Amino acid sequence: MIEVCNLYKSFDGVEVLKGISATFEKGKTNLIIGQSGSGKTVLLKCMLGLFTPEKGDICYDDRHYSEMSIKKKRNLRKEMGMLFQGSALFDSLNVADNVMFPLKMFTKKPYNEMLDRVNTVLKRVNLENANNKFPAELSGGMQKRVALARAIVMNPKYLFCDEPNSGLDPKTSTVIDNLIQEITREFDIITVINSHDMNSVMEIGEKIIFLKDGVKAWEGTNKEIIHTDNEVVTEFVYSSQLLKRVRESYQ
Amino acid sequence: MNYIEHVGKYFSMLKQVLRKPQKWTVFRESLFREIQDLGLSSIGIVAFISFFVGGVVVIQTALNLENPLIPKYLIGFASRESLILEFSPTLLSIILAGKVGSFISSSIGTMRVTEQIDALEVMGVNSLNYLVLPKIIAAVLFYPFLVIISIFLGILGGYVAGNITNLVLSSDYISGIRYQFDPFHVTYSLIKTAVFAFVIATIPSYHGYYVKGGAIEVGRSSTRAVVWTSVVIIFLNYILTQLLLGK
Repeated sequence: MIEVCNLYKSFDGVEVLKGISATFEKGKTNLIIGQSGSGKTVLLKCMLGLFTPEKGDICYDDRHYSEMSIKKKRNLRKEMGMLFQGSALFDSLNVADNVMFPLKMFTKKPYNEMLDRVNTVLKRVNLENANNKFPAELSGGMQKRVALARAIVMNPKYLFCDEPNSGLDPKTSTVIDNLIQEITREFDIITVINSHDMNSVMEIGEKIIFLKDGVKAWEGTNKEIIHTDNEVVTEFVYSSQLLKRVRESYQ
Repeated sequence: MNYIEHVGKYFSMLKQVLRKPQKWTVFRESLFREIQDLGLSSIGIVAFISFFVGGVVVIQTALNLENPLIPKYLIGFASRESLILEFSPTLLSIILAGKVGSFISSSIGTMRVTEQIDALEVMGVNSLNYLVLPKIIAAVLFYPFLVIISIFLGILGGYVAGNITNLVLSSDYISGIRYQFDPFHVTYSLIKTAVFAFVIATIPSYHGYYVKGGAIEVGRSSTRAVVWTSVVIIFLNYILTQLLLGK
């Protein structure tokens, strides 16, 4: 389990996170949702160790991040996989080398064994016969799948996804969402997804944390979010005309 | 941020960069890639510039030494000294600061704004060490070779120009380039080049690594990198000359 305790973070005197506490559970897809600028990405980057919070702590399976040495933090990061919003694939490397990179860096496996592992994870994300292509030659959905393959190639304990659907069409978004959920269950990992896509929320939101102006405003599941009376949440959930009409016809 | 803060941040960066590579096999791959990108790809432009500048130096020297009391072989001597002491190590480094410096700064800057550096950090990779150390080693090892090529081609260019223009006889030119040759001047030139290579690899890396924003900021950081690299090279040129040749 990942526990976030009373987290504060500010930039140039502006408080972005204001005492956030939350838990993220194993084997579930945990979603952090909220409007743009609500602090989702900052919270995720604090959890990844890319930002240092001013106050508060993050606990990874009872290991306190604030008490770790730089070496221990680096070792912890080897247990993490991250799917970035823009995929963040290395431009100069082809698909196979991108996915193989963590294996080359942190294991002593022979090349053939690494290639087998690369092919296995690429097959898992339904992307075969693309080993020699470069990121610039791939579509947005394919790039996301390569990035997901790279994120899981080291069998991480924690998988983080920042806006996995941004820039994708609804159909591809669903494919990526389902893939993330299947991988979470298959490998029994803790997945934290940062999203403001309502389709994702409804599809895979097994646990949802709603942020508003740097504060946790609501917590629940995808089933509970439809019936909640929390005005801030309903305003966000039913902000699209389509959902508003569906709700009206349902009522 | 003021200049002192930048200097402090630059040296903090070097502390992270100058560490043992996390994986030697990965480092070796990166090193060969950097030798290709920073060194081999510059041979053409270095050869072209050196050959023609060598020719121009000879022509200008010859035109300025019209006094019949001054022996003609001094044209070769003066050209050799200019090329070894100043043109090849310093001016070539400034040219490389423009070509290679902007490449380093913009490539690392793009990696920063597209979250590729964050991806490295999340994996547990020391991104500064992984990205910058191979560049430093490649530049420091390879640029002295470029300078040797440059000196050779500059002198050759002078020989060709002298012959074509008939401003200096081949025998005078060859006597001149052999006249009072001090091997330490080549050593001095190579020491300067190694120091400048370090500057060319690190200052643009610093500007690229700490860039914030988008494409325009990457462009601006690239310009800043070239300007500061050139300024530091000129300044260090003075310090090194005083230290190595001054009495």
